Amino acid sequence: MRPVAVIGIGKTAFGAFPDRDLRSLAVEAAGHALSDASVPARDVQAFHLGNFAGPSFVRQNHLAPYVGMAAGLGKIPCTRFENACASSGTAFFHGWQSVASGLYDCVLVGGVEKMTSQTTARVTEILAGAGDMAGEGLAGATFPALFAMIARRHMHEYGTTREQLASVAVKNHANGAKNPLAHMRKVITLEQALAGKPVSSPLTVYDCSLISDGAAAVVLVPLEHAPRFHSRFVRVLGVAQTSDCVALDQKPTLTAFDSVRAAGEQAYAMAGLGPQNVEVAELHDCFTIAEIIASEDLGFVEKGDGGPFAEQGCTGIQGRLPINASGGLKSKGHPVGATGVGQICDIVMQIRGDAGERQVKRNRIGLAQNLGGSGATCVVTILGAA
Amino acid sequence: MTQNGIVYTETTVYSPPEQYADQAPYQIAIIDLNGGGRRTVRIAGGDAVHIADRVQFVEETGGVPYYSKVAIEQAPEPSGSNP
Repeated sequence: MRPVAVIGIGKTAFGAFPDRDLRSLAVEAAGHALSDASVPARDVQAFHLGNFAGPSFVRQNHLAPYVGMAAGLGKIPCTRFENACASSGTAFFHGWQSVASGLYDCVLVGGVEKMTSQTTARVTEILAGAGDMAGEGLAGATFPALFAMIARRHMHEYGTTREQLASVAVKNHANGAKNPLAHMRKVITLEQALAGKPVSSPLTVYDCSLISDGAAAVVLVPLEHAPRFHSRFVRVLGVAQTSDCVALDQKPTLTAFDSVRAAGEQAYAMAGLGPQNVEVAELHDCFTIAEIIASEDLGFVEKGDGGPFAEQGCTGIQGRLPINASGGLKSKGHPVGATGVGQICDIVMQIRGDAGERQVKRNRIGLAQNLGGSGATCVVTILGAA
Repeated sequence: MTQNGIVYTETTVYSPPEQYADQAPYQIAIIDLNGGGRRTVRIAGGDAVHIADRVQFVEETGGVPYYSKVAIEQAPEPSGSNP
């Protein structure tokens, strides 16, 4: 395996865009990434596209060539990757693999989702398909319900409080308000978050990420080629993809994700680093409890200490370990298939020092964690300055 | 799969999927079955359940298993009632 670098990033704004279709969003992000990388579309050798549910949300299949040809790519392999909310993290892992292995010298990895053309009830039903539809889905478990049951158990075992969950939402909204590409640029108070409309107890609307449209893309090349393309290329220091059972009730514990622990351990080992070396992180806060648990599973704090860590301000932009300086899925938005690559774009921006008002001080090593379903897929990526 | 069990975790769903839009709010739980293993079930109308409550099988409707809380004074059902 040879080292790999990210030489270009591109994102659309995340939000509700009734006048934009899936393809135009994906093409826009791809165009930004190729332009940032100074790579002509014709030089891309493979295109990996993460997308969760285009067929359900917008009745379009065959998405990778559908987007790739519109983006001006050649007649190269264009392939869609689907792993629920970790679809584009998965596309990134396989894109990295194909460059690291020597198969390709230039791979475009994208992610896209167009969700807001459906009602919330329909979106809820489509998202439930990332769980076990014959078991938990049939019983009436939505995704908020699955994470609500995780939250209840975490509160029961570790004394995690509603206030600690809400503090994650308050922090991510404060960060997202500083992000020009964020879906909901609105500062909220702890009182507002606690008094939110219930979605699935104990989670309120402020514990849940947003239903968004959006796309993101990155360009990968071998590290040795990177300086030819971009003066501030970013190294892929470690990356891992792991799996676990899809049904939540088949997992031995609900308060930790084995897939996250394993992906973290593998990515740290590849990078020759540990959690103490991570200076900035984007964690998959599909729900506030998910950010708290990820901070534990990735070793930033001891098991059960994720709630106090967030509540004490340690994860703010000025904190000991800034988490979701972008606003996270909570405020930046969660166009499911775009999220994994979007997180990687956000970490690259931090490492380059291009994050504007959201810029963290210590920015040489960043980590992105992308979760699929209730932990059936996890991709952890560690990136470092050149 | 009609074994009784103990509530491992639970939630009340206020924002349902399209399929169950007319049923919300409703409570679901993951229960530890007395014979081993876990299952996601619907809590039948009546008392809400909490972690560690004992629950008993009520019925299966449309493939969905319904359970209800066992009152504390009531003797628990023998486990593994499904032969």
